[in-house]
Amino acid sequence: MATITMAAKYKTSVKEPGIPGVLKMMEDRFVFTPNDPRSSTKLNVDFRQIKGHKFSKDGSKQALLNLTQDPEKGGGYIFEFNSFPDRNACRDFVGKVLGRIQSAEKPPASQHAEQLSTKELERRMKLLTEDSELQNLHRQLVANGVLMDSEFWAARQNLLDNDNYGAPKQRAGFKSAMLADVKPLADGRTNKVTFSLTAETIHQIFAEKPAVHRAFLDYVPTKMTEKDFWTKYCRAEYLHKTKNSVAAAAEAAEDEELAIFLKHDDILANETRRKIQRVDPTLDMEADVGDDYMHLPDHGILRDGSKETVEGDNEFSRRTLSQDLNRHGAVVLEGRALDVELGDTRTVAEALARSKQGSSTENSDENANMEKLERVCRMTEIEDLQAPRTFPVAPLCIKDPREYFDSQQANAVKTLGDNGAGMKPMDCSLSAEEAWIYLMGQISQVKVRGFNHPIVQSEAALKVLNGLNQNLSSTKYQFGKNSQESVLDRLPQRIKADLLNHWTTIQELLRHFWSSYPITTEHLSKKVIRLKDAMTDIYVKLQEIKESVQGDFRHQVSLLVQPMVQALDAAFAHHDNEQQKRAAKGGVKPNGFAQ
Amino acid sequence: MASLVPPPKLYTDDVSLIVIILDTNPFFWGTLSNTSALTFSFSKFLNHMIPFVNSLLLLNQLNHVVLIASGVASCGYIYDSATAVASDGGQKVPAVCSEILSRLEEFVAKDQRLGKGDLRTVAGSMSSLFSGALSLALCYIQRVFRSGMQHPQPRILCLQGSPDGPEQYVAVMNAIFSAQRSMVPIDSCVLGMQHSAFLQQASYITGGVYLKPQQLDGLFEYFTAVFATDLQSRTFLELPRPVGVDFRASCFCHKKTIDMGYVCSVCLSIFCKHHKKCSTCGSDFSHGHSELDRKRKHSEV
Repeated sequence: MATITMAAKYKTSVKEPGIPGVLKMMEDRFVFTPNDPRSSTKLNVDFRQIKGHKFSKDGSKQALLNLTQDPEKGGGYIFEFNSFPDRNACRDFVGKVLGRIQSAEKPPASQHAEQLSTKELERRMKLLTEDSELQNLHRQLVANGVLMDSEFWAARQNLLDNDNYGAPKQRAGFKSAMLADVKPLADGRTNKVTFSLTAETIHQIFAEKPAVHRAFLDYVPTKMTEKDFWTKYCRAEYLHKTKNSVAAAAEAAEDEELAIFLKHDDILANETRRKIQRVDPTLDMEADVGDDYMHLPDHGILRDGSKETVEGDNEFSRRTLSQDLNRHGAVVLEGRALDVELGDTRTVAEALARSKQGSSTENSDENANMEKLERVCRMTEIEDLQAPRTFPVAPLCIKDPREYFDSQQANAVKTLGDNGAGMKPMDCSLSAEEAWIYLMGQISQVKVRGFNHPIVQSEAALKVLNGLNQNLSSTKYQFGKNSQESVLDRLPQRIKADLLNHWTTIQELLRHFWSSYPITTEHLSKKVIRLKDAMTDIYVKLQEIKESVQGDFRHQVSLLVQPMVQALDAAFAHHDNEQQKRAAKGGVKPNGFAQ
Repeated sequence: MASLVPPPKLYTDDVSLIVIILDTNPFFWGTLSNTSALTFSFSKFLNHMIPFVNSLLLLNQLNHVVLIASGVASCGYIYDSATAVASDGGQKVPAVCSEILSRLEEFVAKDQRLGKGDLRTVAGSMSSLFSGALSLALCYIQRVFRSGMQHPQPRILCLQGSPDGPEQYVAVMNAIFSAQRSMVPIDSCVLGMQHSAFLQQASYITGGVYLKPQQLDGLFEYFTAVFATDLQSRTFLELPRPVGVDFRASCFCHKKTIDMGYVCSVCLSIFCKHHKKCSTCGSDFSHGHSELDRKRKHSEV
């Protein structure tokens, strides 16, 4: 957020026309330069003089921003912008700057080596409070001076970026407010009724009422102007609202364009029919048509203060609330895929038509029927009568089977030949022949002698049972109930926490350590020394942990500690190695590097 | 009069199909009897094992036991309680046992014939064909799965003595994973000196019991106390759990058991040495600076 430059008009009060010029906002001040170089109204104001800012609502007549000064001085700087997005950008900027100035005024801002915006600091604080592990690490490394704050965060840029800050704002979908809520405004004096349509509403109308959309594409601008079109539409809507079906029928008879808006939407009806075909074929929707009780007197949904009932088969019968709701829900769920800036109605209409063409899949009725039959077969399948489904098996793919098996065979044979003698784990003192004879003898021995009596020897059995019991109770004690537990869970809580903590710290230190090489600046060499000291501390602590643990766990802990120690050893070895190399180079000390 | 059609078998949840894989490696059994410390022999083993098969059949009338022998050169079905003929030979051992014993004799004789001249036996390798026996067991279980909607709950019990054959690693792991996929637990009882990494992994992955009995003369007790429990009962019984599992793999190239190795980034094949090309999927590793990078890594650490 360095600077922001916008075309704007400066005015001292809302009503005057204003002086066109350019407004430039910086971190600490804003400058207004009029387009007319002769004009004397130049502004250069420090933000510290500004106490607050006001602005006009989005969608109101003018895009205004009022930077108010101290109340006693009165007035302020009023700017009018060409568009609301321009104004909003400036408004957000001013908001941030003022917020920072106000927060900085309370506690004297700590002079850091780097200038951080409040936003940045806030995000860091938020990350630290959310992640206790990170906080721990931060406290350990930054507070103890091993790492600089900036170094610590540099490696975690992704965490900071991931925050929703700066990310493109989510595209807004359709409002949930219904079209029906485009309420006519009647002023009490005349008989005039006013509808107000915005680009947003028009887009929504197109999406929810395909017939209107089609009519617009057909009639505008060849047959009538856009204004006439919407007037007619609103008239039709008004007739809907007043529930005057007789008047509607009469007007429709006179004006065929108006009739389009009043008739049932045939595109929608088609679509509904297609959707019904896709419903589970075992469900008979036609049989359930009357189940909503809407046809009975005294039933219906309360809407706009009166009961809504379905009136006969009138061609101009009204849409019911549930129809409206369903249609709106369907459109909202489909989402809006238009990448066109809302504004010009014609482009919006065309873009919508294009996107619909892409998505609609027209298939002939015959096809649909076939598909439906097929699906009925599938749905009514009786499990017992079907052959068992075979498991889906992914075939093993070996690129060149011959090479694979041959090379393995050859290798295996070679290995056996090479160290066959060495591989013998047991003293194989008897030859193959003897072994076979022995085995056969054993089998026939059982055949001839029969089984021992008794099969269970009580002494041996007791030993076995005791052994098993002991084994069970001891593993239960050692492992707890869960067999999938990790080694760490068996350790005392404190040691486990210490080990995990050390492990994360070591990882952080090592990351910084290795990224510091090759050492090119004095800063880096100092950093490496700091890191090495910190690592030495941890090294000692690891040894202490190993020694402090009781007998049972000592082995496990030392196994866990070993990789940490190895990683640290590697780092130390590298460090010493580098040190020696530098020493060997002798007098050449780049950038005043002192050893 | 009762109807002649037998009523359909009612497979309750405690009816089991137990496939027992029997290690008939002559080298293992021969050496075991030679070592003075353990007075255990194949005949003693049979003395524990066959009564155990009988007791499994007694536990539930519908229980189904299949014996598979894994020898050094072959493996095969020894006994199937579903097809066994109930005839009393009037010998010293009951009918079931005599059938098992005679089939076992046949198998061992055949295995010896097949094993003659085999490089593996000549070289003194002592592993049995565990992968083949496991595959036979799984095939049998698959057949039972497909026989109808209802079937007994299958599980596999491995009675292994001889050490693992690293050259079977891929085949064994494949069998283990297919057992896991069809939810067949593999129980293992190791009779040899060392723990078996294959069986540890098999039982761990499939959720079976791994046990290495300390008292071999009480083997029957171990069998009945641990391995006789059906899957339903295991949910509320406390069975022995292994202290640790040896997860080491064998490399695909030389079939050696390795602690650390190279893994193909495409098909996850394991190698003990750096290869220019993966022998399984044919991926070429020679591109780029892999060699250079590796060297650099090495010098840093």
